[in-house]
Amino acid sequence: MKSAVIVFPGSNCDRDMAVALREVTGRAPAMVWHRETALPDVDVIALPGGFSYGDYLRTGAISAQSPIMAAVKRAAEQGRFVLGVCNGFQVLTETGLLPGALMRNAGLDFVCRDVPLTVENTQTAFTSAYTAGETIRIPVAHHDGNYFADATTLDRIEGEGRVVFRYAEDVNGAQRRIAGIVNETGNVLGMMPHPERAIEAAQGGTDGRRLFEGLVQAFVDA
Amino acid sequence: MKAKVYVTLKNGVLDPQGRAICHALESLGFGEAQDVRQGKFIELELADGTSEARIEEMCRKLLANTVIENYRIEIA
Repeated sequence: MKSAVIVFPGSNCDRDMAVALREVTGRAPAMVWHRETALPDVDVIALPGGFSYGDYLRTGAISAQSPIMAAVKRAAEQGRFVLGVCNGFQVLTETGLLPGALMRNAGLDFVCRDVPLTVENTQTAFTSAYTAGETIRIPVAHHDGNYFADATTLDRIEGEGRVVFRYAEDVNGAQRRIAGIVNETGNVLGMMPHPERAIEAAQGGTDGRRLFEGLVQAFVDA
Repeated sequence: MKAKVYVTLKNGVLDPQGRAICHALESLGFGEAQDVRQGKFIELELADGTSEARIEEMCRKLLANTVIENYRIEIA
């Protein structure tokens, strides 16, 4: 499985993501600067956490207009896997690859701690290594993780099984405690928690590792 | 020419920052403050003759996120 990590000015989890991908896939990902207009030939594209463009205007708003995002959109439409974590999730909603928006946390606090998540859907490549209904612990670190969509959209994505991770407790005021969602075709995942920060015991937990292992398995099975 | 764009949260979208401002006003003794909604004000310096349709497009593509925000344009 070949991967790439997109790097925006202000990304700060790009190297953590690269380490996680290298550890689990056995190959170093290509690091792709946002000014590039084409992607290398890869199976998985990761949009990392951070504060791209200083969160100016809205989180992810300026990055969503970066030259590389047109290529990421095309790759997503071709069925390549796209994983957006934290700021990456915000970029995915701003580009329209995922529905809804991420707003300022309801309590206005920056939330930085491990949170319990329920795995709601294990029928995606990202979640196939988890057990349905399982509670896992993954760190969050964000100021704008309060997921919002109108009631019709929320009913639709819930009905279609597209809410894959839900907070097991209130973390940031997100509607229906949504922590991670996939697109209609299941190849684009956006999530606020950081699975790349939970891949080895020294980080305090390994529950994030199986997300990457599930992706690797999707290519073994293919 | 100049244009002013006001970006505001849609009705029904919770505004935690507005609420915090409201509480701060209350604690300063401004009990009259019943609700506060915070938005953005953007001033654009544009080439003369820029059509309102073009400014609308700027709003929809970048300046506002129409999932959560409304926008209003004033051409000066």
